[in-house]
Amino acid sequence: MLRLSMLLALIALPALAAEPVAEQRLRHLLDHDCGSCHGMTRKGGLGLPLTAEALDGRSDDDLAYVILNGVPGTPMPPWAPLLTPGDVDWIIRELRSRP
Amino acid sequence: MNRLLASLFLVALAWPAAAEPRGTGDLGIVIERAAGRVAVVDRAKVARLATVEGLGDLSHAAAVFSPDERFAYVFGRDGGLTKIDLLTATVARRVVQSGNSIGGAISEDGRLIAVANYEPGGVRVFDADSLELVADIPATERGDGKRSKVVGLEDAPGNRFVFSLYDTDEIWVADFSAGATPAVTRFTGIGRQPYDALVTEDGRFYVAGLFGEDGLVLLDLWHPERGTRRILDGYGRGEQPLPVYKMPHLEGWAVAGNLAFLPAIGRHEVLVVELPSWKQVAAIPVKGQPVFAMARPGGRHVWVNFALPDNATVQVIDTETLTVADTLTPGPGVLHMEFSPRGDRVWLSVRDKDEVQVWDAASRRALGALPADKPSGIFFTSRAHRIGL
Repeated sequence: MLRLSMLLALIALPALAAEPVAEQRLRHLLDHDCGSCHGMTRKGGLGLPLTAEALDGRSDDDLAYVILNGVPGTPMPPWAPLLTPGDVDWIIRELRSRP
Repeated sequence: MNRLLASLFLVALAWPAAAEPRGTGDLGIVIERAAGRVAVVDRAKVARLATVEGLGDLSHAAAVFSPDERFAYVFGRDGGLTKIDLLTATVARRVVQSGNSIGGAISEDGRLIAVANYEPGGVRVFDADSLELVADIPATERGDGKRSKVVGLEDAPGNRFVFSLYDTDEIWVADFSAGATPAVTRFTGIGRQPYDALVTEDGRFYVAGLFGEDGLVLLDLWHPERGTRRILDGYGRGEQPLPVYKMPHLEGWAVAGNLAFLPAIGRHEVLVVELPSWKQVAAIPVKGQPVFAMARPGGRHVWVNFALPDNATVQVIDTETLTVADTLTPGPGVLHMEFSPRGDRVWLSVRDKDEVQVWDAASRRALGALPADKPSGIFFTSRAHRIGL
């Protein structure tokens, strides 16, 4: 039993120490590529603000649709060619987690 | 006294050669956007001399230089306008002049700094010495209580600033030749969603790119009374536009001989137009959505970088054959390119490798690199003497 918990601790350690590579990639994309229009602090720019407060009142489905399909007539491009629905779910959770 | 000594010591640390007189013609700055700071660099020595901190949100930051090449004015995303003394590598003045801004310009006489603002939409103009407000030019209201975002703010001869209103499809000219109160001329209905602009090196033409339509808008600053006219109208007609993962930039555009090279939008092409007719003569297929198309001084080649997912690549266009002569892979996240004033070298910011690379522009070989934290814009002091930069 003790051995099992040690093993579990060992498995958990790297995850605590560093974000998984996939999440690092998404965080990087969010900060820098989304950030080039929406601001690195997400307070907006050419694009709308993406702070948790600004997104309050918009459903996850609505946000996922906008990210995957873009907004015609604006510079917001469809991200479906570059992001999976799972990536988009992570991004929405991350956006809602920051004030 | 101790404090004075301590601060002298700090200055000496920041600038080992403080006692030695020196010129600033080899200096430049590199924006480290995530860290909110800039590096002061020596492009001849390929050295990082100092770091200046505390500049706020520098995503999409840009800079202009005082005519004596001593001061850099850095425009941040969060409305911050920071005047940096390159000789002491310190912040000489700083104001947060709006909530959200997008670049700026310095006047012909070097005495005015103008900033383009998204929030509140408009242009604010500051005294270059004190950074005190000289003039406030609110943009047109767009109908929801807010004012249009301002983009493509450029300097033009005659102490004029020219800029575009993204939400209300306008170009305005603010003429400061008579003093602090500008005469503003408005051109309306110019085309949908102007997103960036340039002023030609001779100061004659202001060209705005349109996001909402395929085409660009031209204003002849020698003859503003003739109004704006459309050029490259419908350059991609009939084709479905490709997604644009980073907006192209027109400032720092490329002209070689009588040809100008412009990034298309929603097409993986660099458009070639003939001057002074501004008629399209070619469209050069390239690897992805071009962001910058910059001419090597002398005009022999044009270097092009790209939006996601092709931003690890740089392509070099031969301006005689109008073909891609070389495809380089400096690494992921090539955000900006800056040539030495005579064109022998080019510096590339490679964001995802956390470095600035220095390339020989003729042989197209990498000569070295400097570490930099998520570098974006690179600006050399030679810009001080260029109209429209």
